[in-house]
Amino acid sequence: MRWLLLKDLQIMRRSPLLTTLLVIYPIAIAVLIGFALSRGPETPRVAFLNQVPPDTPLSVGGEELDLAGAKSELCERIECVEVSSEGEAREKVESGDVLAALILPPDLVEKLQTLAGLAPESPTVKVIVNEQDPVKAGLVDDRINSLLAEANLRISQQVSDVSTTYLRILLDGGDFSFLGEGIEILGLRRSEQILREVRDQLPPSSPDLDRLDSVIRFSHLAAENLGVADDLLESVSQPIKVDKETIDGDTPSLDTFAIAVAATVTLMFVTVLLVAGSLALEREENAFARLTRGLVSKATLLAEKVLLGIVVALAVTLLMLAGLGFFVDLDWGRFALWLPAIVAGGAGFAAFGAAIGGAAREVRAASLLAFMVGLPVAFLSLIPSGAVAPGLYDVIEVVTALFPFDPSLRALTGALAAAGPSIALAVLHLATLTIAYGVLARIALRRFV
Amino acid sequence: MTSAATATSAAAIEARGLTKRFGERVALREVDFAAVPGEVLAVIGPNGAGKTTLLSILAGIREPDGGEVHLPRGVVGFVPQQAALYRRLTVAENLRLFARLEGIDDVEAAVAAMLGQTGLGDRRDDQVGTLSGGNQQRINIAIGLLSDPAVLLLDEPSTGLDPRQRGRLWEFVLGLADTGTTVIFSTHNIAEAERYAQRVLVIADGQALFDGTIAGLHAAAPATQAAGADFESAFVRFLAERGH
Ligand SMILES: Nc1ncnc2c1ncn2[C@@H]1O[C@H](COP(=O)(O)OP(=O)(O)O)[C@@H](O)[C@H]1O
Ligand SMILES: [Mg+2]
Repeated sequence: MRWLLLKDLQIMRRSPLLTTLLVIYPIAIAVLIGFALSRGPETPRVAFLNQVPPDTPLSVGGEELDLAGAKSELCERIECVEVSSEGEAREKVESGDVLAALILPPDLVEKLQTLAGLAPESPTVKVIVNEQDPVKAGLVDDRINSLLAEANLRISQQVSDVSTTYLRILLDGGDFSFLGEGIEILGLRRSEQILREVRDQLPPSSPDLDRLDSVIRFSHLAAENLGVADDLLESVSQPIKVDKETIDGDTPSLDTFAIAVAATVTLMFVTVLLVAGSLALEREENAFARLTRGLVSKATLLAEKVLLGIVVALAVTLLMLAGLGFFVDLDWGRFALWLPAIVAGGAGFAAFGAAIGGAAREVRAASLLAFMVGLPVAFLSLIPSGAVAPGLYDVIEVVTALFPFDPSLRALTGALAAAGPSIALAVLHLATLTIAYGVLARIALRRFV
Repeated sequence: MTSAATATSAAAIEARGLTKRFGERVALREVDFAAVPGEVLAVIGPNGAGKTTLLSILAGIREPDGGEVHLPRGVVGFVPQQAALYRRLTVAENLRLFARLEGIDDVEAAVAAMLGQTGLGDRRDDQVGTLSGGNQQRINIAIGLLSDPAVLLLDEPSTGLDPRQRGRLWEFVLGLADTGTTVIFSTHNIAEAERYAQRVLVIADGQALFDGTIAGLHAAAPATQAAGADFESAFVRFLAERGH
């Protein structure tokens, strides 16, 4: 078997054009598909946790703020994933299931209300971001920041209305309630007027104590008001503060999926074309009869072709992932999981290719058949569940389960990110398909001589 | 049906009642024959007669639907009609691969021996695809000889070769027979059978019509003998008389 394998690798090396095409072409297709998928319109998934007790009346400066409306507006722009605790939110960010988490703390509303008072406290929302992928993290930052900026603008509008009232009192005078006591404020304009009258009417020797008292009281209050003006102004410019926490986690799932699709497409074309072609070549070169005449059993020959497929699949897929690694962040820490996924996928596709090569019996026919069967199945496997009627989707699921593309995609997605589907199940599925297609290929070889 | 009575004990290969069907079509019908060591036997018949089918059953490539093959003296070497070689591998790599698969102990010695026997030592590192048809056929035969077979089966070995290559091929093959190898070759070229074979097995439509010497075949078709015609017309007449 190893001599046969060596022979096939030697033949590949001697056909540089064919081999280069065989490797370059699928990678090119795969990368294009990958980019097409990752460039599509996308809504980032963000975990959303609202800790504000329900039914909390929310009014700032006497005006109602619509929290529910704000939330539904938020969830139009990003895909909100409701979570029930901060721990769950953090876990989802870590696993790459969501790009970020937005947490509204329980005291948010209380603090919002202080904004309209004289002792404003900045309410804080918490944002947890996964910065494993800088591009995506930046995207989330931008979205959350723009949302907060909008909210801040609205709140500061109301807060500044309140501030304007204070300023008007300072200017024109009026009633002001402070620490539960009603106080009559004179106002700057009136004070000026009074001071001018006092100055005009008073003989230099008779001071009017009452009027001077009110001036003194005013200047005292004015000083006090200026003391809180700093806080007041700050709360106007940035009412809600963001407490941002960055954690490392896995590559977010959308990119992972695109990479997995690219890897699976590569795996499919390289392995199926190579194995189908190589098996058909044994017959075209008349070597099949000579080999299977006591030298090698047909089953051994098939096993050798599957092994050839796995070897080349591993080499090409790893090469492609390494190449993609320049453009996207790959979690090389999961390398040990990539191997079983690629090997199982390679085996499934190789057995599938052997069945095609056995049925087609000629290299050209085999290549054509590989494309004609492989492409539609690949596209079927990529149809998302919501895109077609549920009944039709069930049919598609059954059809795609019969081919190695779908389980390979699941195995690779699972291998690339923790958030992906179970690798074990997909590998088991692929093992079953490998055996089934191996049996079909063995049956096809009966008519091979 | 005529059958030569070769002593079973002396035979290098013996077939009894070989029958092969491809669906409805009967490609071989109850064929018997035997050959002794060093004998050169030609299987002749028109295209589609069943020659390749017979040889591939003798070689163990196809299972017969009926009958059996006895090989008292060990292995058969098979040389298919089309060169069964990897064109992208060199002469030496092809020989080495099949020597390894044959499980030969000293692979390099066997490769060197075959390169010497075929006279292709100077082409050992050339890819087989770049060789002439005659040279490819020689390597094809050399691979059939790697296992040092007691019986060598050659399916239409001289097709596609020019007269000079053909001459060299037969020199080579008859040399093997001289050392005791039983040579069974198929051909539709009657002159070739007449020239190189000691015995002929005539088959048509899957049936063995004659098994014996060339002289015996002439005797079986006396009309042509009387007219003084050559073997070719004797053969055609012979087939026509039997409805083929
Ligand atoms: N694999 C096959 N499937 C179906 N029919 C076949 C097959 N191989 C040979 N035959 C048929 O069997 C008959 C004998 O073929 P073959 O042994 O190749 O003839 P020959 O070698 O004498 O030209 C022919 O009629 C041929 O069409
Ligand atoms: Mg033939």
